[in-house]
Amino acid sequence: MEWGWGEALKNNQMKDIKDINQKYIDLYTKNKDILHSNSSEFVNQIREKAFGAFQTLGIPTKSNEEYKYTDLSNTFSKDYTNYLNKKCENLNIESIFKCDVINLDADVFYLSKGWYQNTEKIKTYNNGVIIGSLKAVSEKYPDIFNKHYSKYADCTKDGLVALNTSLAQDGLFIYVPKNVKAEKPIQLINLLLDNNDEFSNVRNLFIIEDNAKVDIIFCNDSLTENTFLTNSVTEIFVGENAHLNYHKVQNDHNKSSNISSTFIHQSANSNVESVTISLIGGLIRNNLTVVLDGKGANNNTYGISLADKKQHMDNYSFIHHKEAHCDSAQLFKNILDDSATGAFNGKVLVDRNAQKTNALQSNKNILLANNAKMNTKPQLIIYADDVKCSHGATVGQLDESAMFYMRARGIGKKEAKMLLMYAFAFEIIGKIKVEELRNNIEDLVIRRLNGELGLCKNCSQRVIN
Amino acid sequence: MLKIKNLKASINNKEILKGINLEVKPGEVHAIMGPNGSGKSTLAAVLAGNEVFEVTEGEITYLGEDLLNLSVEKRASKGIFLGFQYPIEIPGVSMVNFMKSAVNEQRKTRGEEPLTASAFLKLMREKKEIVELEAKLTNRSVNEGFSGGEKKKNEIFQMAMLEPKLAILDETDSGLDIDALRIVANGINKLKTKDNATIVITHYQRLLDYIVPDFVHILYNGRIVKTAGKELALELEEKGYDWIKSQID
Amino acid sequence: MKENEDKILDEVTNSDYKYGFVTDVDNDDIGKGLNEDVVRIISSKKNEPEWLLDYRLKAFRHWKEMEFKNWAHLDIPEINYQDIIYYSAPKPTKVLDSMDDVDPELRKTFEKLGIPLDEQKMLSGVAVDAVIDSVSVKTTFKENLAERGIIFCSFSEAVRDYPDLVKKYLGSVVPYTDNFFAALNSAVFSDGSFCYIPKGVRSPMELSTYFRINAANTGQFERTLIVADDDSFVSYLEGCTAPQRDENQLHAAIVEIIVNKGAEVKYSTVQNWYPGNKEGLGGIFNFVTKRGIIGESGKLSWSQVETGSAITWKYPSCILKGDNAIAEFYSVAVTNNYQQADTGTKMIHIGKNTSSTIISKGISAGKSDNSYRGLVKVLKGAENARNFSQCDSLLLGDKCGAHTYPYIEVDNNTAVVEHEATTSKIGEDQIFYCNQRGIPTEEAIGLIVNGYAKDVLSKLPMEFAVEAQKLLQISLEGSVG
Repeated sequence: MEWGWGEALKNNQMKDIKDINQKYIDLYTKNKDILHSNSSEFVNQIREKAFGAFQTLGIPTKSNEEYKYTDLSNTFSKDYTNYLNKKCENLNIESIFKCDVINLDADVFYLSKGWYQNTEKIKTYNNGVIIGSLKAVSEKYPDIFNKHYSKYADCTKDGLVALNTSLAQDGLFIYVPKNVKAEKPIQLINLLLDNNDEFSNVRNLFIIEDNAKVDIIFCNDSLTENTFLTNSVTEIFVGENAHLNYHKVQNDHNKSSNISSTFIHQSANSNVESVTISLIGGLIRNNLTVVLDGKGANNNTYGISLADKKQHMDNYSFIHHKEAHCDSAQLFKNILDDSATGAFNGKVLVDRNAQKTNALQSNKNILLANNAKMNTKPQLIIYADDVKCSHGATVGQLDESAMFYMRARGIGKKEAKMLLMYAFAFEIIGKIKVEELRNNIEDLVIRRLNGELGLCKNCSQRVIN
Repeated sequence: MLKIKNLKASINNKEILKGINLEVKPGEVHAIMGPNGSGKSTLAAVLAGNEVFEVTEGEITYLGEDLLNLSVEKRASKGIFLGFQYPIEIPGVSMVNFMKSAVNEQRKTRGEEPLTASAFLKLMREKKEIVELEAKLTNRSVNEGFSGGEKKKNEIFQMAMLEPKLAILDETDSGLDIDALRIVANGINKLKTKDNATIVITHYQRLLDYIVPDFVHILYNGRIVKTAGKELALELEEKGYDWIKSQID
Repeated sequence: MKENEDKILDEVTNSDYKYGFVTDVDNDDIGKGLNEDVVRIISSKKNEPEWLLDYRLKAFRHWKEMEFKNWAHLDIPEINYQDIIYYSAPKPTKVLDSMDDVDPELRKTFEKLGIPLDEQKMLSGVAVDAVIDSVSVKTTFKENLAERGIIFCSFSEAVRDYPDLVKKYLGSVVPYTDNFFAALNSAVFSDGSFCYIPKGVRSPMELSTYFRINAANTGQFERTLIVADDDSFVSYLEGCTAPQRDENQLHAAIVEIIVNKGAEVKYSTVQNWYPGNKEGLGGIFNFVTKRGIIGESGKLSWSQVETGSAITWKYPSCILKGDNAIAEFYSVAVTNNYQQADTGTKMIHIGKNTSSTIISKGISAGKSDNSYRGLVKVLKGAENARNFSQCDSLLLGDKCGAHTYPYIEVDNNTAVVEHEATTSKIGEDQIFYCNQRGIPTEEAIGLIVNGYAKDVLSKLPMEFAVEAQKLLQISLEGSVG
């Protein structure tokens, strides 16, 4: 048994990871001209810098404390049919696919492998809201775009962010100007519907200016049974006193790997609630970085992962309190069945001057089967004294006495188990602010807990076809 | 005993006390009443020496000394006791240790010998009876896990232990049911002598059914706007604080 | 109030380290530097058997290939291992064997430290093995203990008198490959304590090792090996101090504990190595590997009060190997000025129905950094394993840091693991409440800190608890800012 705290790589692992890194370095070098011809000078400059960083950082290994519990070498060493698509537009998704979240009245935008799919490249609204292709916006609105792009997702810290910034070509851009309340929720659906194995990079940028308010839903769906690896980066700027409700739903399949890094930069008195629902995925790794960069900012982050088979779901969160009087709360849960593994790696950092911070961090996990496994590492790093910070983590089973109590009242064992699991999950689902989405997720989770495929009807039909 | 002259105090540059005048003599009971936010608790805190509040003007003499120059614990050892509206919980510190430190520190400042362990425990036993404080409470950490009523009883128990010259009881009646109120009030009455004085701060008249004040002051918007005998409390109960407001505004 | 508190803080942090004196005795040292010859010299000076020299050499060769990895929340200056004296012993006035002839200077040293070596003068409840620099100078009450079959002696004597026992257990819990400092210690360790409690015997007194670094430029590398045979019981105490010097000194020790079926070992430490001065100059670098392995229905309990050292790197751990094994870890770690501590535990659940408890109280003041790092690992076969961890941090002042790094790895679905942690400061309202009752601020802080640490202090043996409380008071009183 390895006794040190850091995980050391063995020699053969070191070689493997070197080969993998070389593969992605070559990928960039060989396609540099295509990538550059597709983007603005500004983006290409950042691209070059990011590539430089990737050469140093590489794909994170288990010897990296932040990735201690997730082995990425498998998914990155696989051979994909396509690594970079020159263009992948106008798949006509709008007409062939309709998200069937009942009664959800949202503005819907589609991505496939990171490429923007709606026919209207940039949609502008009367109230000044701009939504559209990241690539198109970078050319048409360079002022807004250049001010924020790559400002929050630091390429020099994480090899995956560096890789995405080197390779990403498109994604969704949302701009909500000052004092504007977006009328409808904005729904982004990233669909994987290829009959090839695909590696793709998705890049999103959402700018919510001062006093603005918006609900955003980001769905990830894999509709064909191919092997997918998605490496996405989403940057979100939240202005003073702005409000964002952010929802992420992950509905992939056992052969998909979904690595998703979200960077939320919050100004004074801003308010962000984010809920991540991970329903299915062979490998899911969510990285969430929140910087509370103004007094009175408030962040609540919730997540639940339901994993079975050999799925692996890892939530990493880093909440950085840079200013005083900010509050943050994190609650992440896992229900793990079969041979699934779950991980939580949460970090709260309170800077010296971030006095009067309230920070809560909680991770609760249920292991349903004997081969399920959970690793958790909730951390507090605190440099200010006038703070209230606490964290907790539990790993256990469903409450036996509650089970007994219910069964004594005539509720069957299976039903009782369902009720308890559902109650466990509902603490998170209840946080979803968009009612129609919440109802739908409730449905999905119940189906998922029953062992069914937790897909919406339209999505599941595609899979069955 | 206590003379307050034109006392002004503020917190975060917001003026709360806007010129208080008050004189308390030995043996007297003063009631200070007033609506929420009038400055009652601030006055209590300033008398005890809480440095969150800044005294911007005025003077306080206590037993002929300038009170404002004394630290919190000096004031305590000179006989000023504040019954807290919200008694503070101190996890891990037992009531016995806490009280022993308080009693002996105060004795030390007065140049007296510390009490022996047995004398101290005997004193505890005696004083507990005054407020019918359950024995088990003194074995727990200070105020931790106490009910609202137990916390208030505990304040009076500490007052009994420390035998102050001037007790300032800040909303000691709030949150008490009628039985607990009677016990607490009886405790306060038992501790009264011709040499000590009590300032009772309260929002309601009902406490004054048990503790009969010599003077009732009405504090409104940082000033004492009316002073009279105990009948004022009854009048106030009947007519409500709007009556005062209408007289002032 | 602020000014007043600063004043108190000042007084406290200026207060002298009580144990900072140097004893003037002749030392037999071998000069600075480390190579295979040095390892051989140490071994030959101790007249060691061949197998032990081999063990040392293997460890040394392994250490040479190792690289120190700093994964802790510690700023560790580069250590020049060639600039350290690896063996230093006070020159005995006579032959080391005659225990009654301890150098009067050394006798005085231990008296000054409150550890009289005369059995008549001692509390009858404690047997002491006194270790100065690299060697054990005196073990008391040996004969009384021997009557019950308890072996309590210096490590060197154990190698000479009980080679089979030492050979069987040395490195069985902490192999020399374990980590960088364990490898170093295994190569150059000079002395330490050995203790064996036979089957069914309860030690009638507490056994204690008192470690003292005296000579300059030396490292201290001692080893403690405790074997508690079936159904036995022992309570073991460890204390440490060092002179005040401007240069840092290295202390890299190993403690191995074997708890057999049904046995119980209670191991308590008050670590008060010289912490450096208030500018952060000097102090001991304390890199210690402590670990125990627990057999069926055995129990191992670590209690530690860590107030000293410039750097503390220490994770007393438990391997719960047998079914129904119980492990406990209680810790109070205090850092002030420029001290750094990264300390915690590892609980490895292997057996069924094993349970572990972790209570850690960190207190940071001054410009110090204090981290809790802990691992709870439940292996696949550890049915019904239970762990409860509570790790609190208290901050005094706004220039220090308090950090919590728990790792929880659960590979069995019948396990229940709970971890809780809070970080808070001493509330101004708490101090005000105490002040109002007439308790001065420094007294109030002492009360509150001791209250905060009570869960751990109450686990220490009586006389240790009193010492620990005083230490807490000295290290901290009034350091709220």
